[in-house]
Amino acid sequence: MKLSKSPWLLHYDASSCNGCDIEVLAATTPRFDVERFGIINTGNPKHADILVITGGVNNQAKSVVKQIYSQMPEPKVVVAAGICACDGGIFKDCYNIMGGVDKVIPVDVYVPGCAVRPEALIDGVVKALAILDQKRDAMKSHAACEINYDKNSDTKEKNQA
Amino acid sequence: MRDFLWLIMIILYLGLAPVLGVLASGYDRVVTARMQGRQGPPFLQPYYDIMKLFQKEAIVVNWLQTAMVVSFLMFTIFTGCLFFAGGDILLVFFAHSLAEVLLILAACSANSPYSNLGAQREYIQMMAYEPMTLLVAIGFYLVCGSFNVADIIQINMPAIIKLPGFFIGYCFILIIKFRKSPFDLSTSHHAHQEMVKGLTQDISGNVLGIMELGELYENVLLVGILALFFITREPWTWLLAAVCCSVVYFLIILIDNIFPRVKWEVMFKYTWLVTFGFAGSNFLILMMLRR
Ligand code: SF4
Repeated sequence: MKLSKSPWLLHYDASSCNGCDIEVLAATTPRFDVERFGIINTGNPKHADILVITGGVNNQAKSVVKQIYSQMPEPKVVVAAGICACDGGIFKDCYNIMGGVDKVIPVDVYVPGCAVRPEALIDGVVKALAILDQKRDAMKSHAACEINYDKNSDTKEKNQA
Repeated sequence: MRDFLWLIMIILYLGLAPVLGVLASGYDRVVTARMQGRQGPPFLQPYYDIMKLFQKEAIVVNWLQTAMVVSFLMFTIFTGCLFFAGGDILLVFFAHSLAEVLLILAACSANSPYSNLGAQREYIQMMAYEPMTLLVAIGFYLVCGSFNVADIIQINMPAIIKLPGFFIGYCFILIIKFRKSPFDLSTSHHAHQEMVKGLTQDISGNVLGIMELGELYENVLLVGILALFFITREPWTWLLAAVCCSVVYFLIILIDNIFPRVKWEVMFKYTWLVTFGFAGSNFLILMMLRR
């Protein structure tokens, strides 16, 4: 059985302007009925398979994002929703913005848009499901998915220094 | 020959309970979605969920929690086997409470405040519904003169005729046991839960899969007890029981979709009111008739 038949989703706002969050919430309303794909919106990282994350991640949110990511059991995928989450967007040059989720944790799918459209988001999540299955197969064949949290996050700090 | 029959029942329970549980829960989710004007998940979604959980890694907060969750499954299966083998219904209820306590201990052993709060609320829920479960056992004794399930299913007319109050009380606590709103205080499958995932907060991956499996066994056991109200020595009453159980199950789904959450004080009050109002008065009438 494929893992992607039952993806449970966690949404976190890593210092977005809330525009994308409203769209994420809209995408999980009964109107779009994501439960068709077996998707459940869970608030608990320990039950989640997909992390949908919005915003460019500021200094305060950085440790929270890392912690949420580390609390999710493998295999897991991360979807960066909105252009801020992809690369910092209009906040890119702010003194406290890391400039994208991938500076802090590995990101699997980038969904651009300001704000991200629910249709695009659902599309992105469905793309993420294929990656989820790949990761599961990789786990089965003992190719350990080594995650290096700090590999990217330090570059920005170094650049700033 | 009779022993042989009970052995078959145990094997059937072990093999079929997860299947029945998954089908019932799939039906629940599809019907719920249709009530809300959605298409809903595939019918076998609960099966996909459990299979996924078993493929995921578990983040174990402490070994005690895992041990407790596994014991919960074991005791639930033991309880179910006891029931379907025609054992003592009092013992069934006691063993079932023990399984429930193991789950609470599992949640207590974690540091997460949500998990602890969920455990506390589960405890309060238990206090609310335990008197009713005991009364159900006593009710069956008053009607059949025996606590043994094997004897209870041999009576002449359906127990519900003499135990309507007990039946209403038991249906009421089923809403709590199935973790349906308004009584989904400790944990729930829905996103509207106020304590994130409450009781199951710190149980993840394949350990959560074990717990979900335990709940499937538990739900089938609870529906089995519901069926006792209808089954007599006539074989056709088994069909009656199946129909009536489906109706009650549908009503529980309907209630889940109509009512919002309540506070635990209200739950406590109402559950005891229903227990003593319906089952209690039914009990008194039965006692007077026996004189
Ligand atoms: S992408 Fe646009 S809407 Fe989304 S968080 Fe950034 S600024 Fe707000």
